[in-house]
Amino acid sequence: MEETKYEIVRRVLIIRLQKDLDHHCAVNIREKADKIIDRYYIKHIIFDFSKAKFMDSAGIGVIMGRYKKIKYSGGKVVVSGLNKSIDRIFNISGLYKVIDKYDTADICLQKIESA
Amino acid sequence: MNIENKMTIEFESRSINESLARTVVAAFISPLDPTIEELSDIRTAVSEAVTNSIIHGYTDEIGIIKMECFIVGNELSVEISDLGSGIEDISRAMEPLYTSRPELERSGMGFTFMEVFMDNLEVVSVPGVGTNITMRKRVGSVKEMQEYTQEINHNVL
Ligand SMILES: Nc1ncnc2c1ncn2[C@@H]1O[C@H](COP(=O)(O)OP(=O)(O)OP(=O)(O)O)[C@@H](O)[C@H]1O
Ligand SMILES: [Mg+2]
Repeated sequence: MEETKYEIVRRVLIIRLQKDLDHHCAVNIREKADKIIDRYYIKHIIFDFSKAKFMDSAGIGVIMGRYKKIKYSGGKVVVSGLNKSIDRIFNISGLYKVIDKYDTADICLQKIESA
Repeated sequence: MNIENKMTIEFESRSINESLARTVVAAFISPLDPTIEELSDIRTAVSEAVTNSIIHGYTDEIGIIKMECFIVGNELSVEISDLGSGIEDISRAMEPLYTSRPELERSGMGFTFMEVFMDNLEVVSVPGVGTNITMRKRVGSVKEMQEYTQEINHNVL
């Protein structure tokens, strides 16, 4: 399976998910993301779902976990490229109360940097 | 259209098998012509039940998870069971946001998704013995309705 891609743009970490975000993949993503967040003083995180097809409750844990980690330093978590079923999971679980959604990762980056 | 079918698989409680379980169920229901939305509902519900058996049922040991699927008419029924720890208080476990493992970044939404995405959910669990989840969902009903109306129109004409 294709590996999740991590990209850093001026203290913003862009996590590009590939295919599935389930419990199996969550373990790796969490570990890798936290290492990068600490090492590169990451302030904001973008989760880009444009290549992701599936997410279950494990994904909520990954996103909320990273949100809690960066919110104390005024950081934001934003998401992009959600398909219909992932969008529904976000809605039902109330994630949109604390997380903003935009069409693409580029727009996310613009919004973060102009805020 | 009247389909009847049954399938059983058993696999070890390894997280890599979560996607296996989703894929197998999706393939099994393809004769029912599910909509994309129905397919993703079922994948999510199956993923939640299987992940629960892995994380909560067997925790740190490897056990066997059994998944039985039935199709009767246009209804899918999936039964997922483990011989793991079992659940002490089922109604509390089913409350939205309740999790016994917050330290694992669980959100407590698994049962809620199973309830929302399927038509029917039944949980049978005995502490120290194991847990059995049965979920049902009518599949391809939109298409079925269209065929039905077409048939009626046809008869009328
Ligand atoms: N197969 C099982 N065996 C033992 N306990 C279970 C099983 N399935 C669920 N539970 C218990 O029910 C609780 C609620 O399950 P639910 O799936 O709703 O949330 P979660 O798994 O804790 O979090 P999430 O699914 O959001 O990651 C679990 O925390 C666990 O205590
Ligand atoms: Mg769960």
